[in-house]
Amino acid sequence: MKYVDEFRDPQLIEKAAAEIRRLAHPERRYRIMEVCGGHTHAIYRFGLQDLLPENLELIHGPGCPVCVLPMGRVDDGLKLAQNPQVTLTAFGDMMRVPGQMGSPLELKAKGADIRMVYSPLDALKLAEKNPDRQVVFFAIGFETTTPSTALTVLRAQKMGIENFTVFSNHVNIIPAMRAILDSPEIGLDGFIGPGHVSTVIGAAPYEAIAREYGRPVVVSGFEPLDLLQSLVMLLRQLNQGRAEVEIQYERAVSWEGNRAAQAVMAQVFELRPTFEWRGLGFIADSALKLRPAFAAWDAEVRFGVAGVRDTEPGAAQCGEVLRGLLKPPQCQLFGKACTPEHPLGALMVSSEGACAAYYNYHRGPVAAED
Amino acid sequence: MSKTTSIRFKDTQIELAHGAGGKASRRLIEGLIAPILGNPALNDAALLSLDTSSLAFTTDSFVVRPLRFPGGSIGELAVNGTVNDLAVSGARPLALLSSLILEAGLAVETLQAELEAMQAAAQRAGVAVLGGDTKVVEHGRADGLYISTSGIGQVDSRVALSAKAVRPGDQILLSGPIGDHGITVLLARGELDLEADLKSDTRSVWPLVEALIEAAAPGLRWMRDPTRGGVATALNELARETQLALRLDEEAIPVREAVRGACEILGLDPLHIANEGQFIAIVSSEFAETALEAVQRSPGGQEAVLVGEVLEKPGGVVYTTNGYGSSRVVDMLVGDPLPRIC
Repeated sequence: MKYVDEFRDPQLIEKAAAEIRRLAHPERRYRIMEVCGGHTHAIYRFGLQDLLPENLELIHGPGCPVCVLPMGRVDDGLKLAQNPQVTLTAFGDMMRVPGQMGSPLELKAKGADIRMVYSPLDALKLAEKNPDRQVVFFAIGFETTTPSTALTVLRAQKMGIENFTVFSNHVNIIPAMRAILDSPEIGLDGFIGPGHVSTVIGAAPYEAIAREYGRPVVVSGFEPLDLLQSLVMLLRQLNQGRAEVEIQYERAVSWEGNRAAQAVMAQVFELRPTFEWRGLGFIADSALKLRPAFAAWDAEVRFGVAGVRDTEPGAAQCGEVLRGLLKPPQCQLFGKACTPEHPLGALMVSSEGACAAYYNYHRGPVAAED
Repeated sequence: MSKTTSIRFKDTQIELAHGAGGKASRRLIEGLIAPILGNPALNDAALLSLDTSSLAFTTDSFVVRPLRFPGGSIGELAVNGTVNDLAVSGARPLALLSSLILEAGLAVETLQAELEAMQAAAQRAGVAVLGGDTKVVEHGRADGLYISTSGIGQVDSRVALSAKAVRPGDQILLSGPIGDHGITVLLARGELDLEADLKSDTRSVWPLVEALIEAAAPGLRWMRDPTRGGVATALNELARETQLALRLDEEAIPVREAVRGACEILGLDPLHIANEGQFIAIVSSEFAETALEAVQRSPGGQEAVLVGEVLEKPGGVVYTTNGYGSSRVVDMLVGDPLPRIC
C-alpha cells in the first residue's frame, strides 16, 4: 500500500532504531511525550518500545479526545439523549465511554435513540431525513475534527435545517500542552507533536512552546518509521541543546497549516473562558463553543445542559496516567476492575487511549516475563 | 430445480397471515419455499438414514444488514455458515434444516431470491435442505429476514480434532486472505463514503478441508472458521483453552489491499474482521507442508499460507512478530469493531 509500506520497511526501521540507540547518551535519561493518542496507539501496535533504549522513556500525552472528556460532559450528553424528542449521534469512540449513568451503548440498549455516525455530515443527513426528530451531534475532538463540525453547522445553516444541533466538546491542543508543562511534577524533555491536528493548525503554533519552555517539538507521522525518525530528530536537538519546532511529517503538515479549515473554525466557534479536562482540571481558553450567530444549532442553547460535575470513579488514576505520571499498568485498577470490556475510565475505551493500547497490545508478553 | 406444485404463490409481500399456520402459511410453504429448496416433502422433522458412528450437529443464526452485499447474501451465508461449522469439525456436511423469520412487509421477491440463493449454495456444498420452520413477525420487529440453519454432518473417521491435541511446535495454516466479508458488509451498508472492489468470501470450505484431511489427517489437530471476531478471536479461544502461545508472523498474514486500506482508514485490525469462507487449521510440523500443498492445490485454496506456530510460552497469549524484531499482543475483539475518530 502506497504511503504505508515504505514507512514499515523492516530494514529502514532497524536502521532508525540503531541510530536512536547510538544517539541516546547512556548517562542521561530522555523523557519524550507523544501528545497524540494516535501515536500512542501506533507505538504499541507496532511494538516500537521494544526497539528503544532503556533510558529513552515515552510518556503518553492527552491527545485522545474521548480520554480528556470529563465524565460530567458524558452525562450531560446522555441527559440530552433522555429527551424523547432527541436522537443523539456520536462517533464510535464515544459509544463505550462510561458516564455515571452508564455508556451511550448501555443507554441505547435501554431504548434511548443513540446512533453512531462516521461524520457530523451523517448526523445532518439524519436530521434532514427525520424532520420530526431533534438530532444532536455529540461533537468531540481536537482541531482534527473541529473543522468538519464547523462545516456541518455552516451547511445546516445554508440548508435551513433547524432540527440539528451540536453539543460541542471541541478542545484545542496547545493549551493542553501548556497545562502539562506547567505542572511541575512532570519532567519532560520534548514532544512528539501531533500529526493530524497539525495538518490543520500547522507547525507554527508550537513555536511559542519551544521558545517559552525550552522544549523541542517534532511533528510526526503515524507509521513506525515516522515515529522513529521523529525520535532521532528529537535526540539530535536535545544532544545539541536545541529546542526548535521541526516537521518530520512533511508529506502532510505544513508550517501554516490548512488555512481554509482554520477559517471555518474561526467563523463558527469561539473560545470558552474555561473548560474541564479529565485529569488536567480546568484550563482557560482551551475549548470551543458555537458563536452566538450560530446559537440556533447549539444544543447547549436549545436544550440547556445540566452541567453535571462528576468525581472520577473511586480508585481510578486516569488523571495521573493522562499527565504521564503513571504508566497504565501502575494504576491500581488496570486490567483488574478496569478492562476494555468493562472500562471505568475513558483511557481504557478509545483505541487511542493509553490504557487500551497498553492492554490490547502489550500486556501478554510482559505478564509472561514477570 | 423447482418442481410443479398444485399451489402457486402469487402474493407480493409477506403478511402476518403467512405465519399464522393457516391457508396462507400453507401457500407460502408449498407454493414458494418447498419448490425452491427442491424438496416437496419439506417437513418439520427430517428422517435421515446414516451408516456411521460419529455425527456432527450444529446450528447458527444469520442476521445481516444489508441482506444482499457484493459476493453474497443472507441466504448463501445461512447455508455456508452452517456447512463450514460442520467442515471445521472434520465432518462432511450432509443435510440442513432451516428456520425463516420473516418480517411482515418483506417483498416476496426478496424472499424468493434468498431461497434461491440458499438452494444454489446448498447444491454447491452438496447438502440438502430437508425441512424447517417459518414464522412471520410484525413489521418493525425484524430486519426483513432472519435465517437460522442447523446442519448435520458425518465426521471423517481419520481425524480427531481437539484443542487438547494441539502441541508446541505445531503450525498454523490459514486458508486465504482475511477480512473480505466483514469489510464488504461494512462498506455495503453505505454509511461510510468508501468504495472498494471487494466481495464477501462466503463459500463452503468443505472441499478445502476434505483435501486437507485426505493429505494430512494424522497431523490435523484443530480447525475453526474465523467468522465474527475474526482470526484474533478464534485463536484467542484456542490459546485460552490450551494455555499455549500462538505466534503469528505479521507479514505472512494474507490481507487484500482493499481490506488493508479500509482497515487503515477506519482504525480496525484485519485480524478482528469477520470471514465467511476461510478456516484456520493447526497442523503438526511434520505434516504442515503436505497440508499446505494439498489446500493450495484445491480450487480456491491457492492463497493458503502457514502464518505462525504454536509455542509453549507465554501461555494463553496470541501475538504477532514482525520483520524488525518487535511483537504485539493480539486480543479478542471487545464489542463491535468501532471505527476511530481521527
